[in-house]
Amino acid sequence: MKLKSQTKQKIAFALLGLAAVIVIVPVALILMILIKRGLPAISWQFLTEMPRMGMRAGGIFPAIMGTLCLVACAISVALPLGVLTAIYLVEYARKNWWTRMIEIAIVNLAGVPSVVYGLFGLGLFVIFFHFGSSILAGALTLAIMELPVIITSSKEALMSVPRSFREASLALGVSKWETIRCVVLPNALPGILTGSILGVSRTAGETAPILFTVAAFYLPRLPQSIFDQCMALPYHLYVLSTQVPNVKPALQYGTALVLVGMVFSLNLVAIIVRAHIRSKKQW
Amino acid sequence: MVELSPVKIAVEDLNIRYDDVWALKDVNFSVKDKEILGVIGPANSGKTSFLRALNRLNDLDLGCRMKGSILLNGKDINREMDAEEVRKKVTMVFALPIPLPMSIFDNVAYGPRRHGVKDKKKLEEIVEKSLKASFLWDEVKDRLSSSGMKLSGGQQQRLCIARTLAVEPEVILYDEPCSGLDPISTAKVEEAMRELKSRYTQILVTNNVKQAARVGDRVAFFLMGELVEIDEAQKLFTTPRDKRTNDYLTGRFG
Repeated sequence: MKLKSQTKQKIAFALLGLAAVIVIVPVALILMILIKRGLPAISWQFLTEMPRMGMRAGGIFPAIMGTLCLVACAISVALPLGVLTAIYLVEYARKNWWTRMIEIAIVNLAGVPSVVYGLFGLGLFVIFFHFGSSILAGALTLAIMELPVIITSSKEALMSVPRSFREASLALGVSKWETIRCVVLPNALPGILTGSILGVSRTAGETAPILFTVAAFYLPRLPQSIFDQCMALPYHLYVLSTQVPNVKPALQYGTALVLVGMVFSLNLVAIIVRAHIRSKKQW
Repeated sequence: MVELSPVKIAVEDLNIRYDDVWALKDVNFSVKDKEILGVIGPANSGKTSFLRALNRLNDLDLGCRMKGSILLNGKDINREMDAEEVRKKVTMVFALPIPLPMSIFDNVAYGPRRHGVKDKKKLEEIVEKSLKASFLWDEVKDRLSSSGMKLSGGQQQRLCIARTLAVEPEVILYDEPCSGLDPISTAKVEEAMRELKSRYTQILVTNNVKQAARVGDRVAFFLMGELVEIDEAQKLFTTPRDKRTNDYLTGRFG
Protein backbone atom coordinates (compact mmCIF):
# COMPACT_ATOMS: atom_id res chain seq x y z
CA MET A 1 0.00 0.00 0.00
CA LYS A 2 1.28 3.39 -0.88
CA LEU A 3 1.29 6.02 1.82
CA LYS A 4 0.14 9.50 1.01
CA SER A 5 2.90 12.06 1.34
CA GLN A 6 0.88 13.75 4.08
CA THR A 7 0.85 10.57 6.13
CA LYS A 8 4.59 10.15 5.58
CA GLN A 9 5.14 13.64 6.81
CA LYS A 10 3.10 12.98 9.94
CA ILE A 11 5.12 9.83 10.70
CA ALA A 12 8.38 11.75 10.22
CA PHE A 13 7.25 14.52 12.56
CA ALA A 14 6.16 11.97 15.15
CA LEU A 15 9.55 10.25 15.04
CA LEU A 16 11.44 13.53 15.32
CA GLY A 17 9.24 14.61 18.22
CA LEU A 18 9.76 11.28 19.95
CA ALA A 19 13.55 11.62 19.68
CA ALA A 20 13.36 15.04 21.29
CA VAL A 21 11.22 13.73 24.15
CA ILE A 22 13.59 10.80 24.77
CA VAL A 23 16.44 13.27 25.13
CA ILE A 24 14.59 15.25 27.76
CA VAL A 25 13.63 12.23 29.88
CA PRO A 26 17.03 11.52 31.53
CA VAL A 27 17.53 15.19 32.41
CA ALA A 28 14.07 15.39 33.92
CA LEU A 29 14.56 12.15 35.85
CA ILE A 30 17.90 13.24 37.29
CA LEU A 31 16.43 16.54 38.38
CA MET A 32 13.36 14.88 39.89
CA ILE A 33 15.35 12.37 41.91
CA LEU A 34 17.82 15.02 43.08
CA ILE A 35 15.08 17.39 44.16
CA LYS A 36 12.97 14.72 45.81
CA ARG A 37 15.80 13.26 47.86
CA GLY A 38 18.08 16.25 48.23
CA LEU A 39 15.73 19.11 48.93
CA PRO A 40 14.92 18.02 52.53
CA ALA A 41 18.63 18.31 53.40
CA ILE A 42 18.96 21.83 52.12
CA SER A 43 18.65 24.56 54.68
CA TRP A 44 20.40 27.81 55.49
CA GLN A 45 22.65 25.95 57.93
CA PHE A 46 23.53 23.35 55.29
CA LEU A 47 24.70 26.06 52.92
CA THR A 48 26.57 28.24 55.41
CA GLU A 49 28.04 25.94 58.05
CA MET A 50 31.25 23.98 58.28
CA PRO A 51 30.97 20.19 58.12
CA ARG A 52 31.01 18.43 61.50
CA MET A 53 31.39 14.90 62.87
CA GLY A 54 33.60 13.66 60.04
CA MET A 55 31.28 15.23 57.45
CA ARG A 56 28.28 13.28 58.68
CA ALA A 57 26.60 16.45 59.88
CA GLY A 58 26.82 20.19 59.46
CA GLY A 59 27.04 22.05 56.18
CA ILE A 60 29.05 22.23 52.98
CA PHE A 61 30.05 25.88 53.11
CA PRO A 62 33.80 25.38 52.51
CA ALA A 63 33.10 23.14 49.51
CA ILE A 64 30.80 25.76 47.95
CA MET A 65 33.34 28.51 48.54
CA GLY A 66 36.15 26.29 47.27
CA THR A 67 34.37 25.58 44.01
CA LEU A 68 33.44 29.24 43.51
CA CYS A 69 37.04 30.20 44.18
CA LEU A 70 38.41 27.63 41.72
CA VAL A 71 35.94 28.67 39.03
CA ALA A 72 36.76 32.36 39.45
CA CYS A 73 40.52 31.81 39.38
CA ALA A 74 40.32 29.43 36.41
CA ILE A 75 38.20 31.79 34.31
CA SER A 76 40.41 34.79 35.06
CA VAL A 77 43.31 32.87 33.53
CA ALA A 78 41.51 31.02 30.75
CA LEU A 79 39.27 33.81 29.40
CA PRO A 80 41.97 36.35 28.45
CA LEU A 81 44.32 33.66 27.18
CA GLY A 82 41.58 31.96 25.16
CA VAL A 83 40.16 35.15 23.65
CA LEU A 84 43.60 36.43 22.68
CA THR A 85 44.41 33.10 21.04
CA ALA A 86 41.12 33.16 19.16
CA ILE A 87 41.78 36.72 17.94
CA TYR A 88 45.21 35.69 16.73
CA LEU A 89 43.89 32.63 14.93
CA VAL A 90 40.95 34.37 13.29
CA GLU A 91 42.36 37.80 12.49
CA TYR A 92 46.10 37.50 12.17
CA ALA A 93 47.26 33.95 11.54
CA ARG A 94 47.94 33.04 7.94
CA LYS A 95 46.39 29.82 6.78
CA ASN A 96 49.47 27.60 6.75
CA TRP A 97 50.58 24.34 8.35
CA TRP A 98 51.57 26.11 11.58
CA THR A 99 48.06 27.52 12.08
CA ARG A 100 46.57 24.19 11.19
CA MET A 101 48.80 22.51 13.80
CA ILE A 102 47.55 24.93 16.46
CA GLU A 103 43.95 24.29 15.48
CA ILE A 104 44.39 20.53 15.53
CA ALA A 105 46.08 20.80 18.92
CA ILE A 106 43.11 22.75 20.28
CA VAL A 107 40.62 20.21 19.00
CA ASN A 108 42.65 17.39 20.53
CA LEU A 109 42.95 19.28 23.80
CA ALA A 110 39.16 19.18 24.02
CA GLY A 111 39.18 15.41 23.65
CA VAL A 112 41.70 14.65 26.39
CA PRO A 113 40.07 12.78 29.31
CA SER A 114 39.75 14.91 32.41
CA VAL A 115 41.77 12.55 34.58
CA VAL A 116 44.72 13.10 32.25
CA TYR A 117 44.42 16.84 32.89
CA GLY A 118 44.53 15.98 36.58
CA LEU A 119 47.75 14.02 36.21
CA PHE A 120 49.23 16.73 34.01
CA GLY A 121 48.38 19.36 36.62
CA LEU A 122 49.92 17.20 39.32
CA GLY A 123 53.13 16.78 37.33
CA LEU A 124 53.51 20.35 36.12
CA PHE A 125 51.97 22.68 38.69
CA VAL A 126 52.06 20.69 41.94
CA ILE A 127 55.45 19.03 41.58
CA PHE A 128 57.51 20.80 38.91
CA PHE A 129 56.50 24.39 39.79
CA HIS A 130 56.34 23.55 43.52
CA PHE A 131 52.86 25.08 43.90
CA GLY A 132 51.94 22.09 46.03
CA SER A 133 48.35 20.97 46.28
CA SER A 134 46.81 24.43 46.04
CA ILE A 135 44.03 26.54 44.56
CA LEU A 136 46.58 27.94 42.14
CA ALA A 137 47.52 24.51 40.81
CA GLY A 138 43.89 23.38 40.62
CA ALA A 139 42.67 26.55 38.95
CA LEU A 140 45.44 26.43 36.36
CA THR A 141 44.57 22.82 35.59
CA LEU A 142 40.90 23.72 35.18
CA ALA A 143 41.91 26.72 33.04
CA ILE A 144 43.83 24.51 30.62
CA MET A 145 40.77 22.30 30.42
CA GLU A 146 38.49 25.25 29.69
CA LEU A 147 40.77 26.68 27.01
CA PRO A 148 39.62 24.61 24.02
CA VAL A 149 35.96 25.43 24.67
CA ILE A 150 36.68 29.14 25.12
CA ILE A 151 38.93 29.31 22.06
CA THR A 152 36.47 27.45 19.85
CA SER A 153 33.45 29.50 20.88
CA SER A 154 35.42 32.77 20.66
CA LYS A 155 36.64 31.85 17.19
CA GLU A 156 33.09 31.21 16.01
CA ALA A 157 31.89 34.44 17.57
CA LEU A 158 34.67 36.39 15.85
CA MET A 159 34.07 34.71 12.51
CA SER A 160 30.35 35.47 12.71
CA VAL A 161 31.11 39.20 12.57
CA PRO A 162 30.64 40.00 8.87
CA ARG A 163 33.79 40.62 6.83
CA SER A 164 32.07 43.68 5.41
CA PHE A 165 32.18 45.39 8.84
CA ARG A 166 35.93 44.92 8.91
CA GLU A 167 36.33 46.25 5.38
CA ALA A 168 34.09 49.23 6.05
CA SER A 169 36.31 50.18 8.97
CA LEU A 170 39.61 49.46 7.22
CA ALA A 171 38.48 51.44 4.17
CA LEU A 172 38.37 54.54 6.38
CA GLY A 173 42.07 54.20 7.12
CA VAL A 174 41.47 52.70 10.56
CA SER A 175 44.22 50.28 11.59
CA LYS A 176 43.59 46.58 11.86
CA TRP A 177 43.95 46.48 15.65
CA GLU A 178 41.59 49.46 16.10
CA THR A 179 39.13 47.72 13.80
CA ILE A 180 39.28 44.58 15.91
CA ARG A 181 38.98 46.57 19.14
CA CYS A 182 36.15 48.87 18.12
CA VAL A 183 34.11 46.87 15.60
CA VAL A 184 34.87 43.16 15.77
CA LEU A 185 35.23 42.58 19.51
CA PRO A 186 32.11 44.46 20.68
CA ASN A 187 30.03 42.50 18.20
CA ALA A 188 31.64 39.17 19.06
CA LEU A 189 31.55 39.69 22.83
CA PRO A 190 28.11 38.12 23.52
CA GLY A 191 29.11 34.95 21.70
CA ILE A 192 32.45 34.87 23.48
CA LEU A 193 30.80 35.33 26.88
CA THR A 194 28.10 32.70 26.44
CA GLY A 195 30.56 30.17 25.08
CA SER A 196 32.95 30.82 27.91
CA ILE A 197 30.31 30.57 30.62
CA LEU A 198 29.20 27.23 29.22
CA GLY A 199 32.82 26.07 29.22
CA VAL A 200 33.25 27.14 32.82
CA SER A 201 30.05 25.51 33.99
CA ARG A 202 31.25 22.24 32.53
CA THR A 203 34.55 22.31 34.40
CA ALA A 204 32.87 23.47 37.62
CA GLY A 205 31.51 19.97 38.04
CA GLU A 206 34.70 18.07 37.17
CA THR A 207 36.30 15.91 39.86
CA ALA A 208 39.32 14.38 38.18
CA PRO A 209 41.33 17.56 37.40
CA ILE A 210 41.08 18.80 41.00
CA LEU A 211 41.56 15.41 42.60
CA PHE A 212 45.37 15.52 42.61
CA THR A 213 45.90 19.26 42.39
CA VAL A 214 43.83 21.01 45.03
CA ALA A 215 40.95 19.13 46.62
CA ALA A 216 41.14 18.54 50.35
CA PHE A 217 39.47 15.47 51.80
CA TYR A 218 38.28 17.30 54.91
CA LEU A 219 39.17 20.87 55.69
CA PRO A 220 36.57 22.58 57.86
CA ARG A 221 37.82 26.12 57.26
CA LEU A 222 37.99 28.53 54.37
CA PRO A 223 41.17 28.70 52.26
CA GLN A 224 43.52 31.49 53.33
CA SER A 225 45.37 32.14 50.04
CA ILE A 226 45.71 30.74 46.55
CA PHE A 227 48.50 28.52 47.85
CA ASP A 228 46.06 26.88 50.24
CA GLN A 229 44.15 23.68 49.65
CA CYS A 230 40.38 23.79 49.63
CA MET A 231 37.36 21.56 49.53
CA ALA A 232 35.32 21.44 46.34
CA LEU A 233 31.77 20.28 45.70
CA PRO A 234 32.41 17.50 43.15
CA TYR A 235 35.17 15.92 45.24
CA HIS A 236 33.18 16.37 48.44
CA LEU A 237 30.30 14.55 46.82
CA TYR A 238 32.62 11.72 45.80
CA VAL A 239 33.99 11.51 49.33
CA LEU A 240 30.51 11.51 50.89
CA SER A 241 29.31 8.82 48.53
CA THR A 242 32.20 6.38 48.74
CA GLN A 243 34.74 7.19 51.45
CA VAL A 244 32.71 7.98 54.58
CA PRO A 245 30.58 5.24 56.11
CA ASN A 246 27.13 5.91 57.52
CA VAL A 247 26.36 9.21 55.81
CA LYS A 248 22.70 10.09 55.55
CA PRO A 249 21.73 9.81 51.85
CA ALA A 250 19.96 13.16 52.12
CA LEU A 251 23.34 14.79 52.71
CA GLN A 252 24.74 13.29 49.51
CA TYR A 253 21.72 14.23 47.44
CA GLY A 254 21.67 17.68 48.98
CA THR A 255 25.31 18.23 47.96
CA ALA A 256 24.58 16.95 44.45
CA LEU A 257 21.58 19.26 44.20
CA VAL A 258 23.71 22.27 45.18
CA LEU A 259 26.35 21.35 42.60
CA VAL A 260 23.81 20.85 39.84
CA GLY A 261 22.05 24.04 40.91
CA MET A 262 25.31 25.99 40.60
CA VAL A 263 26.07 24.59 37.14
CA PHE A 264 22.52 25.23 35.95
CA SER A 265 22.47 28.76 37.20
CA LEU A 266 25.73 29.44 35.35
CA ASN A 267 24.10 28.09 32.19
CA LEU A 268 21.04 30.17 32.91
CA VAL A 269 23.21 33.29 33.08
CA ALA A 270 24.63 32.37 29.68
CA ILE A 271 21.15 31.89 28.22
CA ILE A 272 19.92 35.20 29.64
CA VAL A 273 22.96 37.07 28.36
CA ARG A 274 22.46 35.57 24.92
CA ALA A 275 18.75 36.30 24.80
CA HIS A 276 19.32 39.86 25.98
CA ILE A 277 21.97 40.51 23.34
CA ARG A 278 19.93 38.85 20.59
CA SER A 279 17.01 41.14 21.26
CA LYS A 280 19.35 44.11 20.84
CA LYS A 281 21.31 42.75 17.92
CA GLN A 282 20.97 44.83 14.80
CA TRP A 283 22.31 42.56 12.10
CA MET B 1 45.41 65.02 -25.24
CA VAL B 2 45.92 68.18 -23.25
CA GLU B 3 45.84 67.71 -19.48
CA LEU B 4 43.63 70.47 -18.15
CA SER B 5 43.83 69.68 -14.45
CA PRO B 6 46.70 68.09 -12.56
CA VAL B 7 46.94 64.34 -12.28
CA LYS B 8 45.60 62.96 -9.01
CA ILE B 9 46.21 59.28 -9.52
CA ALA B 10 48.56 57.76 -12.07
CA VAL B 11 48.33 54.05 -12.79
CA GLU B 12 51.39 52.52 -14.45
CA ASP B 13 51.56 49.00 -15.88
CA LEU B 14 49.14 47.67 -13.29
CA ASN B 15 48.77 43.90 -13.25
CA ILE B 16 46.69 42.08 -10.67
CA ARG B 17 46.43 38.34 -10.22
CA TYR B 18 44.29 36.32 -7.79
CA ASP B 19 46.05 33.01 -7.29
CA ASP B 20 46.19 31.89 -10.92
CA VAL B 21 43.59 34.18 -12.45
CA TRP B 22 44.68 37.46 -13.98
CA ALA B 23 42.21 40.18 -13.03
CA LEU B 24 43.99 43.14 -14.63
CA LYS B 25 46.54 43.25 -17.44
CA ASP B 26 48.90 46.16 -18.18
CA VAL B 27 46.57 48.97 -17.25
CA ASN B 28 47.91 52.49 -17.81
CA PHE B 29 46.04 55.72 -17.32
CA SER B 30 45.57 58.65 -14.99
CA VAL B 31 42.76 60.21 -13.01
CA LYS B 32 42.55 63.99 -12.96
CA ASP B 33 42.03 66.08 -9.89
CA LYS B 34 38.37 66.60 -8.95
CA GLU B 35 36.89 64.69 -11.82
CA ILE B 36 34.31 61.94 -11.69
CA LEU B 37 35.65 58.94 -13.54
CA GLY B 38 33.03 56.37 -14.44
CA VAL B 39 34.27 52.81 -14.82
CA ILE B 40 32.07 50.45 -16.79
CA GLY B 41 32.39 46.90 -18.04
CA PRO B 42 30.71 43.53 -17.74
CA ALA B 43 31.14 41.25 -14.73
CA ASN B 44 34.68 39.86 -14.28
CA SER B 45 36.18 42.72 -16.25
CA GLY B 46 38.48 43.73 -13.40
CA LYS B 47 36.64 46.90 -12.38
CA THR B 48 36.36 46.01 -8.72
CA SER B 49 39.91 44.61 -8.52
CA PHE B 50 41.11 47.89 -9.95
CA LEU B 51 39.13 49.88 -7.40
CA ARG B 52 40.35 47.78 -4.49
CA ALA B 53 43.93 48.25 -5.66
CA LEU B 54 43.56 52.02 -5.38
CA ASN B 55 43.05 51.95 -1.60
CA ARG B 56 45.03 48.77 -0.99
CA LEU B 57 42.03 46.74 0.13
CA ASN B 58 43.51 44.01 -2.06
CA ASP B 59 46.18 43.64 0.63
CA LEU B 60 43.59 41.77 2.68
CA ASP B 61 43.31 39.09 0.04
CA LEU B 62 46.24 36.77 0.62
CA GLY B 63 46.07 35.25 -2.85
CA CYS B 64 46.31 38.63 -4.54
CA ARG B 65 49.53 39.59 -6.34
CA MET B 66 50.18 42.97 -7.90
CA LYS B 67 52.73 44.36 -10.32
CA GLY B 68 53.18 47.91 -11.55
CA SER B 69 52.61 51.05 -9.56
CA ILE B 70 49.89 53.44 -8.50
CA LEU B 71 50.87 57.01 -7.71
CA LEU B 72 48.73 59.26 -5.55
CA ASN B 73 49.88 62.87 -5.85
CA GLY B 74 53.09 61.45 -7.30
CA LYS B 75 53.75 59.11 -4.37
CA ASP B 76 53.73 55.35 -4.82
CA ILE B 77 50.93 54.06 -2.56
CA ASN B 78 52.43 50.60 -2.23
CA ARG B 79 56.04 51.54 -1.61
CA GLU B 80 56.10 55.06 -0.18
CA MET B 81 52.95 55.10 1.97
CA ASP B 82 51.48 52.71 4.55
CA ALA B 83 48.07 51.16 4.00
CA GLU B 84 46.26 53.21 6.65
CA GLU B 85 47.55 56.46 5.21
CA VAL B 86 46.40 55.44 1.73
CA ARG B 87 42.95 54.36 2.89
CA LYS B 88 42.43 57.54 4.84
CA LYS B 89 43.06 59.58 1.71
CA VAL B 90 41.36 57.20 -0.71
CA THR B 91 38.17 55.96 0.94
CA MET B 92 35.61 53.58 -0.40
CA VAL B 93 31.83 53.30 -0.52
CA PHE B 94 30.77 49.69 -1.04
CA ALA B 95 28.15 48.06 -3.23
CA LEU B 96 25.88 47.20 -0.35
CA PRO B 97 25.43 49.90 2.24
CA ILE B 98 27.33 48.79 5.33
CA PRO B 99 26.38 50.91 8.31
CA LEU B 100 28.27 49.70 11.36
CA PRO B 101 25.98 48.40 14.13
CA MET B 102 25.94 51.68 16.03
CA SER B 103 24.02 54.94 16.03
CA ILE B 104 23.89 57.33 13.08
CA PHE B 105 26.09 59.80 14.95
CA ASP B 106 28.63 57.14 15.93
CA ASN B 107 28.76 55.83 12.39
CA VAL B 108 29.79 59.19 11.00
CA ALA B 109 32.05 59.97 13.95
CA TYR B 110 33.70 56.54 13.75
CA GLY B 111 36.52 57.52 11.38
CA PRO B 112 37.47 60.83 13.03
CA ARG B 113 37.32 59.23 16.48
CA ARG B 114 39.70 56.45 15.46
CA HIS B 115 41.98 59.06 13.93
CA GLY B 116 42.18 60.82 17.27
CA VAL B 117 39.48 63.51 17.31
CA LYS B 118 38.19 63.51 20.89
CA ASP B 119 36.57 66.92 21.32
CA LYS B 120 32.78 66.53 21.41
CA LYS B 121 32.06 69.91 19.80
CA LYS B 122 34.42 69.17 16.96
CA LEU B 123 32.87 65.75 16.39
CA GLU B 124 29.37 67.25 16.31
CA GLU B 125 30.57 69.74 13.71
CA ILE B 126 32.12 67.03 11.56
CA VAL B 127 28.99 64.87 11.76
CA GLU B 128 26.69 67.72 10.80
CA LYS B 129 28.92 68.85 7.95
CA SER B 130 29.32 65.35 6.57
CA LEU B 131 25.62 64.49 6.77
CA LYS B 132 24.74 67.76 5.06
CA ALA B 133 27.21 67.06 2.28
CA SER B 134 25.65 63.66 1.62
CA PHE B 135 22.11 65.12 1.69
CA LEU B 136 21.05 63.08 4.68
CA TRP B 137 21.04 65.72 7.42
CA ASP B 138 17.44 66.87 7.02
CA GLU B 139 16.15 63.32 7.17
CA VAL B 140 18.05 62.24 10.28
CA LYS B 141 18.89 65.35 12.28
CA ASP B 142 16.22 64.56 14.90
CA ARG B 143 17.28 60.96 15.44
CA LEU B 144 21.07 60.93 15.37
CA SER B 145 21.16 58.53 18.29
CA SER B 146 19.02 55.87 16.64
CA SER B 147 20.64 52.94 14.90
CA GLY B 148 22.16 53.43 11.47
CA MET B 149 20.77 50.05 10.52
CA LYS B 150 17.17 51.22 10.86
CA LEU B 151 17.51 53.61 7.91
CA SER B 152 16.26 52.70 4.45
CA GLY B 153 18.72 51.34 1.88
CA GLY B 154 19.22 54.68 0.15
CA GLN B 155 19.63 56.51 3.44
CA GLN B 156 22.12 53.90 4.60
CA GLN B 157 24.20 54.42 1.47
CA ARG B 158 24.22 58.18 2.01
CA LEU B 159 25.16 57.52 5.64
CA CYS B 160 28.13 55.53 4.34
CA ILE B 161 29.08 58.43 2.09
CA ALA B 162 28.88 60.78 5.09
CA ARG B 163 31.04 58.40 7.12
CA THR B 164 33.55 58.46 4.30
CA LEU B 165 33.51 62.26 4.04
CA ALA B 166 34.08 62.57 7.77
CA VAL B 167 37.68 61.37 7.45
CA GLU B 168 38.32 64.17 4.92
CA PRO B 169 39.60 62.04 2.07
CA GLU B 170 40.99 63.30 -1.23
CA VAL B 171 39.58 60.54 -3.39
CA ILE B 172 36.30 58.65 -3.00
CA LEU B 173 35.84 55.26 -4.63
CA TYR B 174 32.34 53.93 -5.26
CA ASP B 175 31.90 50.23 -5.95
CA GLU B 176 28.51 49.97 -7.66
CA PRO B 177 27.01 52.10 -4.91
CA CYS B 178 23.50 52.04 -6.29
CA SER B 179 23.19 48.38 -7.22
CA GLY B 180 20.80 47.72 -4.35
CA LEU B 181 18.88 50.97 -4.49
CA ASP B 182 15.63 52.12 -6.04
CA PRO B 183 15.63 54.87 -8.71
CA ILE B 184 14.77 57.70 -6.31
CA SER B 185 17.51 56.78 -3.84
CA THR B 186 19.87 56.37 -6.78
CA ALA B 187 19.06 59.87 -7.96
CA LYS B 188 19.82 61.23 -4.49
CA VAL B 189 23.16 59.44 -4.32
CA GLU B 190 24.05 60.75 -7.78
CA GLU B 191 23.08 64.25 -6.77
CA ALA B 192 25.37 63.94 -3.76
CA MET B 193 28.22 62.87 -6.04
CA ARG B 194 27.77 65.85 -8.35
CA GLU B 195 27.69 68.17 -5.34
CA LEU B 196 30.91 66.66 -3.99
CA LYS B 197 32.70 67.22 -7.28
CA SER B 198 34.00 70.61 -6.24
CA ARG B 199 36.10 69.10 -3.45
CA TYR B 200 36.86 65.48 -4.23
CA THR B 201 38.19 63.25 -6.96
CA GLN B 202 35.66 60.47 -7.42
CA ILE B 203 35.82 57.13 -9.17
CA LEU B 204 32.54 55.35 -9.79
CA VAL B 205 32.47 51.69 -10.75
CA THR B 206 29.04 50.83 -12.04
CA ASN B 207 27.15 48.17 -13.93
CA ASN B 208 24.76 50.83 -15.04
CA VAL B 209 26.08 52.40 -18.24
CA LYS B 210 23.51 55.18 -18.07
CA GLN B 211 24.64 56.12 -14.60
CA ALA B 212 28.22 56.47 -15.84
CA ALA B 213 26.91 58.72 -18.60
CA ARG B 214 24.86 60.82 -16.16
CA VAL B 215 27.57 61.56 -13.59
CA GLY B 216 30.91 60.77 -15.22
CA ASP B 217 33.19 63.45 -16.70
CA ARG B 218 35.28 60.74 -18.26
CA VAL B 219 34.48 57.08 -18.59
CA ALA B 220 36.77 54.04 -18.71
CA PHE B 221 35.67 50.78 -20.27
CA PHE B 222 37.20 47.55 -18.92
CA LEU B 223 36.88 44.19 -20.58
CA MET B 224 38.42 40.95 -19.32
CA GLY B 225 41.09 42.72 -17.31
CA GLU B 226 42.03 45.15 -20.04
CA LEU B 227 41.41 48.85 -20.19
CA VAL B 228 39.84 49.07 -23.63
CA GLU B 229 39.13 52.75 -23.81
CA ILE B 230 39.06 55.86 -21.66
CA ASP B 231 37.64 59.14 -22.89
CA GLU B 232 35.35 62.06 -22.19
CA ALA B 233 31.92 60.65 -21.39
CA GLN B 234 30.39 62.53 -24.28
CA LYS B 235 32.86 61.11 -26.80
CA LEU B 236 32.90 57.58 -25.47
CA PHE B 237 29.15 57.26 -25.59
CA THR B 238 28.64 58.86 -28.98
CA THR B 239 31.74 57.93 -30.96
CA PRO B 240 33.65 55.11 -29.27
CA ARG B 241 37.01 54.39 -30.91
CA ASP B 242 37.09 50.71 -30.16
CA LYS B 243 34.66 48.26 -31.69
CA ARG B 244 34.34 46.34 -28.39
CA THR B 245 33.20 49.49 -26.59
CA ASN B 246 30.61 50.05 -29.25
CA ASP B 247 29.41 46.45 -28.99
CA TYR B 248 29.08 46.73 -25.22
CA LEU B 249 27.28 50.06 -25.32
CA THR B 250 24.85 48.92 -27.94
CA GLY B 251 24.07 45.85 -25.88
CA ARG B 252 25.62 43.22 -28.12
CA PHE B 253 27.09 41.54 -25.00
CA GLY B 254 27.42 42.12 -21.28
